[in-house]
Amino acid sequence: MPITKHNRLVASTIAVVLGATSLAACGSSDDDKSASQSGPATLTFWTWAPGMDKVVDLWNKGPGKQQQITVEVKKQASGDTLITKILTAHKAKKAPDLVQAEYQALPTLVSNDALADIAAESKEAKTKFADGVWQQTTLGTDAVYAIPQDIGPMMFYYRADLFKKYGLTVPTTWEQFAETARALKKKAPDKALTTFSANDSGQFAGLAQQAGAKWWTASGDKWKVGIDDAATRKVADFWGGLVKEGAIDNQPMYQPAWNKALNTGKEIAWVSAVWAPGTLTTAAPQTTGKWAMAPLPQWSAGENVTGSWGGSSTAVTTDSPHKAAAAKFAAWLNTDPQAVAALAKESGIYPASTSAQTSDAFAQPPAFFSNQPDFYTKASEIAKTTAPSAWGPNVNVAYTSFNDAFGAAAKNKSDFGAALKTMQDATVADLKKQGFGVAQ
Amino acid sequence: MSSLAVRKAAPAAGTTPGTAQGPPLRGRIALVPTLTLLLGALYCLLPVAWVVIAATKSGRELFSTFTFLPGTGFTQNIKDLSAYRDGIYWKWMGNSALYAGLGALLSTAVSAVSGYALAIYRFRGRETIFNVLMAGVLMPPVILAIPQYLLMAKADLTDSYASVLLPLVLSPYGVYLARIYAAAAVPGDVVEAGRMDGAGEWRIFTRVALPMMVPGLVTVFLFQFVAVWNNFLLPYIMLSDDEKFPITLGLFTLLEQGSNTPALYTLVITGALLAIIPLVALFLVIQRFWSLDLLSGAVKS
Repeated sequence: MPITKHNRLVASTIAVVLGATSLAACGSSDDDKSASQSGPATLTFWTWAPGMDKVVDLWNKGPGKQQQITVEVKKQASGDTLITKILTAHKAKKAPDLVQAEYQALPTLVSNDALADIAAESKEAKTKFADGVWQQTTLGTDAVYAIPQDIGPMMFYYRADLFKKYGLTVPTTWEQFAETARALKKKAPDKALTTFSANDSGQFAGLAQQAGAKWWTASGDKWKVGIDDAATRKVADFWGGLVKEGAIDNQPMYQPAWNKALNTGKEIAWVSAVWAPGTLTTAAPQTTGKWAMAPLPQWSAGENVTGSWGGSSTAVTTDSPHKAAAAKFAAWLNTDPQAVAALAKESGIYPASTSAQTSDAFAQPPAFFSNQPDFYTKASEIAKTTAPSAWGPNVNVAYTSFNDAFGAAAKNKSDFGAALKTMQDATVADLKKQGFGVAQ
Repeated sequence: MSSLAVRKAAPAAGTTPGTAQGPPLRGRIALVPTLTLLLGALYCLLPVAWVVIAATKSGRELFSTFTFLPGTGFTQNIKDLSAYRDGIYWKWMGNSALYAGLGALLSTAVSAVSGYALAIYRFRGRETIFNVLMAGVLMPPVILAIPQYLLMAKADLTDSYASVLLPLVLSPYGVYLARIYAAAAVPGDVVEAGRMDGAGEWRIFTRVALPMMVPGLVTVFLFQFVAVWNNFLLPYIMLSDDEKFPITLGLFTLLEQGSNTPALYTLVITGALLAIIPLVALFLVIQRFWSLDLLSGAVKS
């Protein structure tokens, strides 16, 4: 009997101990990253750009080898989820040395103290970028939180062949754009000029930026949210009006139905950015060589402004034990001609660096636009007209609210102004909840 | 015996409530339930059919041809998928097999030992442990992913195979199921008889109880395997090196390549199709272990 009793105890302890293994294995050691500033450094780099490993190889075999700085690429999925992942890792002080981050995500990362100030290491790099681009990485301070990598100046894409067929002219103002949409509806009721989509907030943000909106501005230690300002309201009412009268479509982008509409010529134009050729290649493969690109329509004739949609930067985290080395790499990656050329070739990015935009890598138009030889010359001219952007610490909240409110409004063809108000209120409420000061 | 009775009763329970009076006519198909089930089957199978057919389409055909018209690009899609970044897809497949296979095996072993102990032995705190486990069953694992990450980071285990495997070892649901099953399938008399014959507790467990628990443990294994195979958040938070990614994460990186690069739809769809094949195969193979009546006549009560 005693033996049995003993064995029972053993068996039941096993049950409990094994059950707790997963926890026990966790609390065993508590050592930090050894912070050796001098000597050889190995940096980890979270990025989603395809082919980045090949670009980094150039560094590891060239300048990196001389300076004993090795960079390891860890490929990630892009998007808001990556920001969450970086912040989670940062909470455990385990964020990678370098991260790729979209411009609108920088304030979120900075307000969580995840990004290091690399102003001292990036004085030379600053000269390689247009002011409007560089300003996005400073957040209006003296600090520098990232080196710009790629940009997404917005443009107007249209089916040149179908515009000709229906006798349409390329709109240069938004008013003409609306007229073109109506004219097409009259001539071919089953077709639409384009769609207003509520599933990518970047597009709407870029259009508002073109109109002069400043969604977030910092004054003192307070944020001012201007989503529901006059400029944005103008944009919202314009698109809401077109959707309501049925002049344009209201289906979301990137869905199979949208791909089909582009591929079959049911939709004949797209307000997009410099990276559109890549998307069109997969969405509408049967329309190669039939599209053309023009500057975005303007709010008043004679103006020359565009917004930006997309684009990202390379940042150094506060967790990195080798910040100077990481900053050196970030500057090389986005300014060295050889590196930027490789980025363009391997990752298909449109570089932020001004001189790179007119380099040999961009002498030829994208294959999809072989009919427009001056595609990249035009693109670099348009890029110079990009309006300054103003991002805040909770862009993700504003974007989610946009998807919900505008998604419903576009579907029901209801008032876009109300949706804009919802977006403004949700953004302000979240800022307050997070503990930021909000100026009225 | 009891299961036989249940099976007999089943058809009567399945007929429409409206015809409850009197026995249902032989040969007459109950129309409403059959239709409902057919609709349900259609609802479940249609997306699968979509994946199967979409995987045969080339990039050009994917969004241009009729949805359920098979394409011509299946072999090319598989070739492209295998060629993508030197065949990293198969590496992800291997990782998924490792996480799901080893993870489910470990967790089944722990569940078997713990469930058996909780069912057979009476000791102080047994109910408390069981209640804590019940609370664990109700807690969605998603909530735990970030705390688990922070713990793993303390132990310097993040971005390793262990960081994904360890949190999987204890499955409250598995322990719960094993306990219920052990209580029902392993009669106290059999354990007592084993003791009378001089067998040690470990021997009784491995030689007598374990074989009786096999159908239940197969269920635990299968549940865990499927759960791990489809798991996303835990590996997403834990891993940063895409050489260690399971298939769910790998396919996600193919979809989210940044705005300047289009999503690789054909690769993702083909990859998703190939990823369900192991699950289907596992179900087919393991089904034969679900012979529940095998040992039900061991003890007469």
